[in-house]
Amino acid sequence: MTVVKTSYNRRSFLKTTALAGGGMMLGFSWLAGCKPSGKEALAMPKEWFKINGYLKIGENGVVTILSPNPEGGQNVKTSMPMIVAEELDVDWKKVIVEQAPLDTEHFTRQFIGGSQALRQGWQALRMAGALARHMLREAAAQAWGVPPEEVTTEAGVLHHKKSGKSMGYGEIASAAASVPVPKEVQLKDGKDFKIIGTSRKNVDGLKIVTGQPLFGSDIQREGMLIAMIAHPPAFGLKLKSVDDSAARAMPGIRDVFTVKVIQDDYEKQFFDTITFPEVVAIVGNSTWEVMNAKKALKMEFEPIEDTTETYDRFGTKLKRHIPAGLENTTAHFEKMSELAGRPAQVKRKDGDPETAFKNAAKVIERTYTAPFLAHNCMEPMNFFAHVTAEKAELAGPLQKPELTEKTLSARIGMPVEKIDIQMTRLGGGYGRRSYAHWLVEAALISQKMNAPVKLIYTREDDMTSGIYRPAYHATFRAALDADNNLVAYHQKTGGIPESPLHENRFPAGAVDNYLAEDWTIDTNITVGSFRAPRSNFMAAAEQSFLDEVAEAAGKDPIEFRLELLNRAKTNPVGKDNDYEAERYAGVLELVREKSNWGKTSEGVSRGVSAYFCHNTYVAQVLDLVLEDGKPVIQKVHCAIDCGIVVNPDAATNLSEGCVVDGIGNALYGNMTFRDGVPEKSNFDKYRIIRHSEAPKAIEVHFVKNEIAPTGLGEPPYPPVMAALANALYRATGKRFYDQPFLGEQGVLG
Amino acid sequence: MANFTLNINGKKQQVDVDPATPVLWVLRDHLNLVGTKYGCGIAVCGSCTIHVGGVAMRSCMLPVSQIGSQEITTIEGLSENGDHPVQKAWLEHDVAQCGYCQTGQIMNAAALLKASPHPSDEEIEGAMNGNICRCGTYVRIKAAIKTASAR
Ligand code: FES
Ligand code: FES
Repeated sequence: MTVVKTSYNRRSFLKTTALAGGGMMLGFSWLAGCKPSGKEALAMPKEWFKINGYLKIGENGVVTILSPNPEGGQNVKTSMPMIVAEELDVDWKKVIVEQAPLDTEHFTRQFIGGSQALRQGWQALRMAGALARHMLREAAAQAWGVPPEEVTTEAGVLHHKKSGKSMGYGEIASAAASVPVPKEVQLKDGKDFKIIGTSRKNVDGLKIVTGQPLFGSDIQREGMLIAMIAHPPAFGLKLKSVDDSAARAMPGIRDVFTVKVIQDDYEKQFFDTITFPEVVAIVGNSTWEVMNAKKALKMEFEPIEDTTETYDRFGTKLKRHIPAGLENTTAHFEKMSELAGRPAQVKRKDGDPETAFKNAAKVIERTYTAPFLAHNCMEPMNFFAHVTAEKAELAGPLQKPELTEKTLSARIGMPVEKIDIQMTRLGGGYGRRSYAHWLVEAALISQKMNAPVKLIYTREDDMTSGIYRPAYHATFRAALDADNNLVAYHQKTGGIPESPLHENRFPAGAVDNYLAEDWTIDTNITVGSFRAPRSNFMAAAEQSFLDEVAEAAGKDPIEFRLELLNRAKTNPVGKDNDYEAERYAGVLELVREKSNWGKTSEGVSRGVSAYFCHNTYVAQVLDLVLEDGKPVIQKVHCAIDCGIVVNPDAATNLSEGCVVDGIGNALYGNMTFRDGVPEKSNFDKYRIIRHSEAPKAIEVHFVKNEIAPTGLGEPPYPPVMAALANALYRATGKRFYDQPFLGEQGVLG
Repeated sequence: MANFTLNINGKKQQVDVDPATPVLWVLRDHLNLVGTKYGCGIAVCGSCTIHVGGVAMRSCMLPVSQIGSQEITTIEGLSENGDHPVQKAWLEHDVAQCGYCQTGQIMNAAALLKASPHPSDEEIEGAMNGNICRCGTYVRIKAAIKTASAR
């Protein structure tokens, strides 16, 4: 039985109040009871230790849970309230879930990213539910004059068995609000869960299938104007002059002006990446009119200067060099190969790798690359803003609202208290909506127009002013001894502008002689988080490489990995290995069993891969056949250890999505640049995986355990690329080192 | 600017717009029917799918002047209460992730089933290939279409 404290460092994270119209309201802190690890605490602004979730019980017994996190398809809006409802012991049908507004006074960690929502909310959400239940029981006990231990609950009803008394939560909720908050509260045993672990439908399902306005781009207001931006066509260029005379003269156009997204001397925060610091705004009555006027703009551009900017990463000052010049994909890849051949920065070294490589019976060396990727959320970037002299009202889709608020406040010259940011559903995020320069743009445009404005990016703007997934490069070397044991492992990775290295991840810890080093190349192309940052390349590269090493060692690829994991478990090398070998091995064993590994049907080629990132372990086996040079993926088997699975069907859906996305990006994803110009600006050129290319079936199996839940929005994404590469090798006899694996025609080779 | 009387979801609607305006923006900006989505504007993603005379069409490149008296159905008019067999199947399979592409997918699937009530897997893939789902819900979409087709 788990008992949790309701305060941390003597500060309580709970507040209760009686509702004006009857009933109770309980406010709780997201991180209450969950003492973050040193590393996490560092990465969190102090203000996060505040009340940030609410639960209301009305007199009619209806429970309203305000979901503080924005919903972008991760199902947090359903899954997180399920956790509260579980401990509260209510009928799920009587629970209403509402999206909380951004309110940093009351809610914190309103955040999509890092697959962390469930993990960090788990204990706090349970505590809130348990606490409310405790208070209801106390209040009922007082009303009935019986000891509180004798009051039981079931599906929103309080019972006293001995006297046969019972009443609904709603009847006593007002009285419960004044029950003192206990110092600690007891949580349910996992075996007693009635809601957690059962599949519940998306709370917004009906609204989605009937086309109700849920998204930022759906916002309509009285007197609202439409705005679009025009930006330089290439990275490395900035606006020099605008001739807007033709555009202004077009029907329905209200104004055309330049917008400086950020002041020159403003110290950026970590998520303040801005694609183009100065853009032209075109404002008019309707989207079509604005789109047309945008085409009539005549703009001149000039080269940017070489600069170094300082930015603040949660309190740490860092520098970023932005070189001048117009960049090219060909040159990028040449430069990456060049850097890979030079000395790099050593991040971890175990044993004596040099000697081990010298004495090896066999050395395998391979290089892997991946290009820049665009996020391509189906809903292009957009935001609604209404900024007046008194206040700023903003609404739209974004992933990290609280991190944008500060910059917005500085830019529009209005204190945070006067800014209200409402979060709408996100039409996809995948990291792109963490960088909300468009929110600031919308606010500035509204301020200038003194009117409500909806800013929409065209698909072309969205794709060509991206905050892309960086381009990456990795060279691996493995040394085998005469008995085919892996005796040394060397990884040297780099990228533009960041390295994908996680030096303490597997196979670190499983090899006596280990060396991890990296390098980076500066760029003026904006980059940022993309579904499973860095892992989204490393898993693909490393897990393809290990497949090749296993083959060279004459071992079964699963057996080979299990041997290494066994070493890491029983006698690990080094102390900083940041994975649990046993759970890692667990998913491999599960996928081996579920996929009937070793028994494939005629003509089917399979590949395996396993990776750990964002606190979740995933192993996958992918089956494919070749038809006319095209891979037809018959099935992907996934085994996942993400702790307790709150909402299994939703978790399965999310995992399926990651698998499809991973396959799609590995086969087709590719953003190229010529003279700084992103060469793809819409889905006619930028290939996205489509229905006929998706796997015919995806099977998802979860490891059953009682570990607190971890994220799923990212972990199943990276490894599938390697499972695909390894299956393609079995089908074609050719290894795939460079993403995307397929050419534009979608045929191999 | 010109006046058009459109027959949308069984209702006559008047708009005064540039004749070249795509139906997508007439629906979204002028009639507040925002269930039809903008994804690419060049007829390659399927987000803006509507029915014109019962046939699935991309509304983002379809000038309002070409509609004439043809009946337009949008997601808002597909059923009274979200109970079209395709919508019901979508809920049963809990297809959506972010949900943005789903109205286009549903409109296309509904048109497919009308033309071919029991499509094969290949037919489904062929018909649905023009609808991108960036969240990757394709496996569920196919399953939902099969469920709807069985009704
Ligand atoms: S918006 Fe019409 S097909 Fe993409
Ligand atoms: S559900 Fe997000 S794009 Fe399809």
